[in-house]
Amino acid sequence: MVDRDMEQSHVQWIANGSRLVLSGNWTVYGAAPLEKGIEQLMTKSLDVDRVIIDCQQIQALDSAGAWLLNRLCQHLQQRHQPYDLIGLSDKHQSLLVLVKQQQVVPVPAARAARLSRLGQATWAHIEQALQLLAFLGETFVILFRCIFQPRRLRWNALFANVEQSGINALPIIGLLSFLLGIVIGYQAGVQLQLYGANIFIVELVCLTMLRELSPMMAAVIVAGRSGSAFAAQLGTMKVTEEIDAMRTIGIAPMEMLVIPKVLAMLIALPLLTVFADVLGVLGGMVIAKTMLGIDFKDFFARIPEVVTLTSFMLGIMKAPVFALIIAVVGCFQGLRVAGGADSVGRQTTISVVQAIFLIIVADAIFSIIFSGIGI
Amino acid sequence: MTGQSDDAVNKQVMIQVRGLITRFGHETIHDGIDLDIFKGEIIGLVGGSGSGKSTLLRALTMLLQPSGGSIKIGPHELIGIDEASASELRRHMGVMFQQGALFSSLTVLQNVCVPLKEHTQLSIQLIQQLGLMKLKLVGLTEQAADKYPKHLSGGMIKRVAVARALALDPDILFLDEPSAGLDPISAHALDELILQLREALGLTVIIVTHDIDSLWRLTDRVAFLGEKRLLAVADLKTLSQHHHPLIHEYFQGPRGRAAQVN
Repeated sequence: MVDRDMEQSHVQWIANGSRLVLSGNWTVYGAAPLEKGIEQLMTKSLDVDRVIIDCQQIQALDSAGAWLLNRLCQHLQQRHQPYDLIGLSDKHQSLLVLVKQQQVVPVPAARAARLSRLGQATWAHIEQALQLLAFLGETFVILFRCIFQPRRLRWNALFANVEQSGINALPIIGLLSFLLGIVIGYQAGVQLQLYGANIFIVELVCLTMLRELSPMMAAVIVAGRSGSAFAAQLGTMKVTEEIDAMRTIGIAPMEMLVIPKVLAMLIALPLLTVFADVLGVLGGMVIAKTMLGIDFKDFFARIPEVVTLTSFMLGIMKAPVFALIIAVVGCFQGLRVAGGADSVGRQTTISVVQAIFLIIVADAIFSIIFSGIGI
Repeated sequence: MTGQSDDAVNKQVMIQVRGLITRFGHETIHDGIDLDIFKGEIIGLVGGSGSGKSTLLRALTMLLQPSGGSIKIGPHELIGIDEASASELRRHMGVMFQQGALFSSLTVLQNVCVPLKEHTQLSIQLIQQLGLMKLKLVGLTEQAADKYPKHLSGGMIKRVAVARALALDPDILFLDEPSAGLDPISAHALDELILQLREALGLTVIIVTHDIDSLWRLTDRVAFLGEKRLLAVADLKTLSQHHHPLIHEYFQGPRGRAAQVN
């Protein structure tokens, strides 16, 4: 092996001998200066009867070098300039012949017009929305079938999913809700102190956490944690043809993979929401005591007076809807994977973005409905 | 391509393996392997499943650090090699993986151009032309250049993988099961291609394969791995008459004999 970085390659025109002297390493590493050298040479008028291309000083030639040598010859041919190639070893000669056989005609990339690309992109989105709707419908049909025929349920997969997406999420959801309770309590406390209305912190913290923030917070964290995991798992299984293998064995992938995830999510997320409620209110209580001097006892005593069961239930009933969004979007995007690794990454990202987007849209719709019916 | 005369080249040792030991945990894969691979030859690595062919290939391509022994490529010792020398040495090697291992986010042409973009200072136009030339060299058309790997057939993927392995005109080409999963016509065409490339580019080729037809067509010598060691290295004709029970079984089984007749 020669060290290919040592010497660059050269092409030199010696006018009085009508010779082109080629030297150095005509390899992929040494050939960088050649491109320019050949271009410059071609703009020059050579003005001789026959050009002698002297290859004796070429130390190494690989296919890149042979390609450039061939290009040089082609240039000369186009100018109807006769030439002789001398000093090329047999091995290099056969390489040149091999390269010469590979005529490359670059194909211009087909690029659609702007308007048609806009149309295609729009249609792709509409199509995806329709497919998501169809997938949701299919999920419901199979879910009901499984509920009425419980032996069709994959209990092991269900419990494993409850553990992974529910129990394992407890620490992070607990911590973040607690901190959120502190943040809300602090902001509310500063304002309430101005009016001497310290005790109203109970209403503020409890109602915001229970009705809005806990369900939303839990759902967003779970979407990031588990929705992405669903998409990545199903996507990888699709790439490795595991899902096709399941079909051929006679297992419906929907029953084996999707339904346990949807059911596990429907069980876990409401429970996680209750947990987030508790920790969030606890955070508010800590700030109420340290900042506003309200005892835990007084805080607790006021909760039943101001927080109705309806407020609590309104928050909890959002959770199953969010759960459905997370599980269905995650599985749907996972099953849309086609091709390889990059597709898995793309669909996983889409699954999280889409799930969080839909969660917030759903929450807004809830708010509109609740204000419409006055609760 | 060092420009030496052919006679000297024929005897030059390209890769020297001495006392190679590979272990995964308590499981020993190789227990003292000695092998010389000469410049310009096509050598086959064969053996039953689990005999450590692919592991040996991974050790030779520096994807795995063996537990003991020595591997020399040219003057460089691979055991305990530093990252800079390894990277330099890798430019002289092309590896084709069993499943192709094409980058799925890149088109065929971009896949072939990756090594050229990383390691050379050539202009992007020239790189693309060289990439297209390599694709033509392995028998693909310009139409395939803009396709993504997911749209290719198995045979095309293997061809693109060979083109990518050849991008930098390596001295050594490693092929892991090149003909596995190919139809007989594509497999034959790939064999022809490898022979043609060896002739034109002076490659040293190391092939792991189960395809006995390919072994007969391609290899100058074949190394047989078994019982954690190298049982024999010889040209296929000699090897197929070898008396060791494992080798005998391998080549004198019904399929081995059928290939021999052809």
